[in-house]
Amino acid sequence: MDENNVDLNKLTDDLTFHIRITRGFKVWMGFLIIGLCLCLYAYFLQLRFGLGVAGIRDYVSWGLYLSNFVFFVATSLIGMLISGVLGLTGIKWITPISRIAEIIAVAFAAIAGLVIIMDMGRPDRLANVFIYGRFQSPILWDVTVVTTYFVLSALLLFLTLISDIAWVEKKTSHLPGWVKKTYQILSLNWTETPEKNAIIRRCVRILLLLIIPCALAIHTVTSWLFAMTTRAGWDSTLFGPYFVTGAFVSGSAAVIIAMYIFQKNYKLQNYITNDHFDKMGKLLALVMFVYLYFNINEFLVPGFKLKTAEAVYLIDLLTGRFAFLFWAVQIGGLILPIIFVLFRKMRTPLPLLIIALAVFVGSWFKRYIIVIPTQEHPYLPIQYVPYNFKIYIPTLIEIAITLSSFFMALIIITLLSKFFPVVPIRETAVERGIIDD
Amino acid sequence: MEEPPKNEQNQDNQHKQHSEPENSKQLSRRKFLRNFGLVAAGAATGAAALFSGDIFEKSKTKGGKKSVLLTQDNKLVEVDSLELKALEKSPEQQMQLRGREGIPGRRWIWVIDLSKCRNARQCIAACQSAHHLRPDQFHINTLQMQENEHTPAFHMPKPCQHCDNPPCVAVCPVDATFKRPDGPVLIDNERCIGCRFCIAACPYSARMLNWSKPKYEDQDRDLPYNIELNIPQRIGTITKCLMSCDRLREGKLPYCVSSCPNGVYYFGDENEDAVTNGTTKETVRLSTLLNDNGAYQLLSELGTKPRVYYLPPKNRLFPFERSKDAEPKKI
Repeated sequence: MDENNVDLNKLTDDLTFHIRITRGFKVWMGFLIIGLCLCLYAYFLQLRFGLGVAGIRDYVSWGLYLSNFVFFVATSLIGMLISGVLGLTGIKWITPISRIAEIIAVAFAAIAGLVIIMDMGRPDRLANVFIYGRFQSPILWDVTVVTTYFVLSALLLFLTLISDIAWVEKKTSHLPGWVKKTYQILSLNWTETPEKNAIIRRCVRILLLLIIPCALAIHTVTSWLFAMTTRAGWDSTLFGPYFVTGAFVSGSAAVIIAMYIFQKNYKLQNYITNDHFDKMGKLLALVMFVYLYFNINEFLVPGFKLKTAEAVYLIDLLTGRFAFLFWAVQIGGLILPIIFVLFRKMRTPLPLLIIALAVFVGSWFKRYIIVIPTQEHPYLPIQYVPYNFKIYIPTLIEIAITLSSFFMALIIITLLSKFFPVVPIRETAVERGIIDD
Repeated sequence: MEEPPKNEQNQDNQHKQHSEPENSKQLSRRKFLRNFGLVAAGAATGAAALFSGDIFEKSKTKGGKKSVLLTQDNKLVEVDSLELKALEKSPEQQMQLRGREGIPGRRWIWVIDLSKCRNARQCIAACQSAHHLRPDQFHINTLQMQENEHTPAFHMPKPCQHCDNPPCVAVCPVDATFKRPDGPVLIDNERCIGCRFCIAACPYSARMLNWSKPKYEDQDRDLPYNIELNIPQRIGTITKCLMSCDRLREGKLPYCVSSCPNGVYYFGDENEDAVTNGTTKETVRLSTLLNDNGAYQLLSELGTKPRVYYLPPKNRLFPFERSKDAEPKKI
């Protein structure tokens, strides 16, 4: 019993070690907030002078903003894969990284909602979506499922946090007073009893069951924004699963990057171990293989037939203006990482981090080459318009507004991971046999 | 040896006795809350009933005057004056209403004869001036078309195809763009949120956004919004070909149709099976015109069911002149 107590105290100390305001944290948050403010100035300019400050025009009318939206929705799906699919199938090794995945899911889902508002020509008329909403439009489906997914993910994160923060509030001495006060409010005066634990377990289980179809829905519906049109390059029945599998790739990469940062910064080497990197490397390999399979389908099938409009689009994508980006993304962001990650040595923290970074950046540009090239090749020729209507080049303002979404997501992730135990305490203790469930 | 179990039992009993009052206290609190909830709900319902009853009673005393009216089917009815409402609507509301209802009994249709188009671009000028557009905004545009080097090159005027199965209307999240019973697809720029899903969905590239301040924004500011003309244009909203619905309402041909110097356009009513040439003002039978000239529709394989028909560019009496302005150039 005593030995257990000692273990439990050490565990609590280890897992709450990072909950303190350090100089590094202040510098990092300062950087994020200044960056965000600069980018929000760009958004102010867009509000004032209209969407025309961006490079999008009548032919390529969905640009960086929309491809960025797709990327954010995609990355948020990882919460469902790790906590939902792997959690419900009883896989144990995910315990220390499940909360990281949930934090990423919450942050990216929340910002996805904002990104789509940045893309609106009339953000002041947002209420029209609710006043005049037509439920036949895929945009309404998207609004509905993204909001639902965000609420479910936030609830999941919160429910699994309650017992942890109540415990931390009681057992630790180094936390600042206001953090303890916040914990007290957030933990809803939680006292641990077997019945309450059972209720929480049941709720979490229901949430996980709900999150799986909801997550599938958000990215399938997002893919339908494109697949429901008749445009060459988008007109594909494969788009739903193609997007969902791609989402797991960018999400897994995001989790690996976050794992590395938290392990090093928060001194969690005993909890997020090399074994976890090995396992995440294998998971990344699996989802990349599935995604590669969908890529082969998506490009080889129309490429073999070369129907008139598809041919124009595909030839430009594979050998024309977008060729460099396309092959860089497909080889550098998918094929090479698959090969590398097969080697055990590459599944150790630092090499895996580098692979994950390549995959993550590749995933972002992948959305870009899904969204933009199709629009540069409409069925009818682009004529009698200025050159920038035909060729889309993002403007600086547009890039800054897009960057603002990353600043916001990083701020949310930083705050959540800084002020809450990033590795679940109770679950880890149960798993290590320190306390009974 | 026997004592410990007894003791345990005792303890157990004690525990039970101890826990019972606590349990019942909890129960009573729950009970109290439940009862409180019931009473509160009952009180709220009662108050609401009294309040609405009161309003109803008051409404009886206000009216009383009866008016005798003649209905559409020639019956005299007596109506309480309270139920009569003034039909005063602002000009904008009236234009919105009739703009969405359309012109009863009509099915507008458009025929474009490609063998006549010489890229005069008068239609474009008339359209841009009528709808207060910038020079790079084309409700109608004349495109240079050629499938391959063996097929003829020709100029093709391309307005919105006013599809009977319009992809743009299907995807609009707020019912800002809509299909009117008499044929045209219009846009309500007082409602449009600028999501541009319709631009993505339209295979004919017929829609555009006011990316920045419209050309005549200051001058048009005080005009009531005319949905059939889409003036004043609004920043951040879609603008598109409207089949000149404002002209149709006056019984005139669309701006582009009547400004063509070369007799390219025929416009008319499918129900009457008659179309009128905008240049010669000659009226011909629609079915004969389509049949005799081998008419076709643009990208009909996409299932959009366009309301615009094209007559092929055969037997042209002039050579094809390539325009040097067609291809977008770097400046």
